[in-house]
Amino acid sequence: MSVSNSVSHSCPDWAAIRADFPVLRREIDGARIVYLDSANTSQKPRQVIDAMSEFMAHSYAPINRSAYRLAGEATDAFEGARAKVARFINAPRPEEIVFTRNATESMNLIAHSWGRTHLRTGDVVVLTHMEHHANIVPWHQLVAERGITLRWVPLTDDGQLDLSDLDNLLDGAKAISFTSMSNVLGSFTPVTEIVARAHAAGAIAIVDACQSVPHAPTDVQAWNADLVAFSSHKMCGPSGLGVLWGRSEILEAMAPFNGGGNMIADVRLDGFTTAPIPAKFEAGTPPITEVIGLGAAVDYLSAIGMDHIRAHEHDLTEYALRTLNDRYGDKITIHGPTDLTVRGAVLSFAFGEIHPHDISQVLDERNVCVRAGHHCAKPLMRILGANATARASFYLYNDTSDIDALADALDGASDIFAF
Amino acid sequence: MPGLDDLYREIILDHYRSPRHRGELESPPARMAEGHNPLCGDEITIYIDVDDAVSPAVVRDIKVSGQGCSISQSSASMMSQAVIGKTLPEVTALVRRFKSMLSLDTDIEPTPEEEAALVADANNPHPLGDLEALQGVVKFPVRIKCATLAWNTLIQALDN
Repeated sequence: MSVSNSVSHSCPDWAAIRADFPVLRREIDGARIVYLDSANTSQKPRQVIDAMSEFMAHSYAPINRSAYRLAGEATDAFEGARAKVARFINAPRPEEIVFTRNATESMNLIAHSWGRTHLRTGDVVVLTHMEHHANIVPWHQLVAERGITLRWVPLTDDGQLDLSDLDNLLDGAKAISFTSMSNVLGSFTPVTEIVARAHAAGAIAIVDACQSVPHAPTDVQAWNADLVAFSSHKMCGPSGLGVLWGRSEILEAMAPFNGGGNMIADVRLDGFTTAPIPAKFEAGTPPITEVIGLGAAVDYLSAIGMDHIRAHEHDLTEYALRTLNDRYGDKITIHGPTDLTVRGAVLSFAFGEIHPHDISQVLDERNVCVRAGHHCAKPLMRILGANATARASFYLYNDTSDIDALADALDGASDIFAF
Repeated sequence: MPGLDDLYREIILDHYRSPRHRGELESPPARMAEGHNPLCGDEITIYIDVDDAVSPAVVRDIKVSGQGCSISQSSASMMSQAVIGKTLPEVTALVRRFKSMLSLDTDIEPTPEEEAALVADANNPHPLGDLEALQGVVKFPVRIKCATLAWNTLIQALDN
């Protein structure tokens, strides 16, 4: 699939890439949109929008259940997209890719199906202090239902996981479920090391990879992880679609999730038998067009190169930290690691005493879009001593002018709330 | 686009800078409720001391604690100023007026006492006083939840 003609794999033309995103050409009140909320959800390139429109206009049909040629074509496109997603994260087999409604559903599927198959009263699951609610609440539900026990990996002062006591925390644990990158602090976690230590302790390793898969190369085999969840909408694909990758033997040993059509091999009056993976976890008609869209998104990102995207965001983050710190000094507090080798393009910050909602409101007047709130990570916010932060996050379509716009717009907040 | 001047009126910023009736009351006897804005994590606690010995009952004291944005905090501060010394029917009438200013329907019919309070106030050109400064919030729909957090929490406290 072609990305903008001017882009070659060796040297991406970032301006041409930006031009692939129609919404970024839109103006509101005569000014361009400065979109700095990609950790929340990403914008969509023309290539993804077109692939979905063309599929609906020319090839749309049910998948996996009809004999006519149109349905065969749709099924091939759908399963082709599954294979693309598998290659994108270096999964050994396409059937290990399960499509869900979103990454939150992937995490719930894991807690429900793996948890109900394997966890009994008193069993231990290890989480970390930097998890999203989607990797906390499903486990809390198992605490209430099954009487499992949760242990927590704490943080270092600069917002990384403090692994000094990890082996003790893992002692006797059945699983560790942790993020590959914090959606608040931007910290990358040492996935391979944590997985190895989990396995040494006899625990399985579950990775919430929502924040890192869109922004850095992913190799689930190098990670040696057991179950990995991520979402389509954060990686230039459509919303309404999540991904769960799991090792075949783990997925096969898990109880099914939703029951219904497509997930069964046979249904009798006295019971049912499940279909093989991945259908076993894909009850009902899936988001067919969205899967085609995610396939196009994977093609788009792969053509640019995830290593290039990571390098681009590294440079933007460095520029942003320097610009904001130089300009605002002690007035701005940017959370998370200062070491750029372990942080992605997410900047949560406090600005003076101004509440994040008010910051976001003032920035919106200049079309600068940032998230304000607790980022679905309330335990982490309590540890940071904040009930909310403002968060700017970058992606492949951002450039230094976006960061300059953010820095300029913050002046407006200073003016209104100068006290 | 409505300007930020419509939202951040000087009186709002004044209440945000110097919130009135901040603090806590011993509960019980004071009634208390906690409110949360699940979207942004803002938290507020309202303590209200109601004198039930008189009829109708009167708000003897109110205190507000918690943290939030300029709109939620100034709304709470102005609310505390407005309800202190008022009878409970006058308070519920005030809640009704405030919500109606923000174009929010209150689906509960006014009680006769509340109706009377509304009628008694009919000739007051500014029945909401300082609170009228929050009118601009209507133009920023995302912020209406900020403005109403304290009020919904007040109702909850009175129900407790």
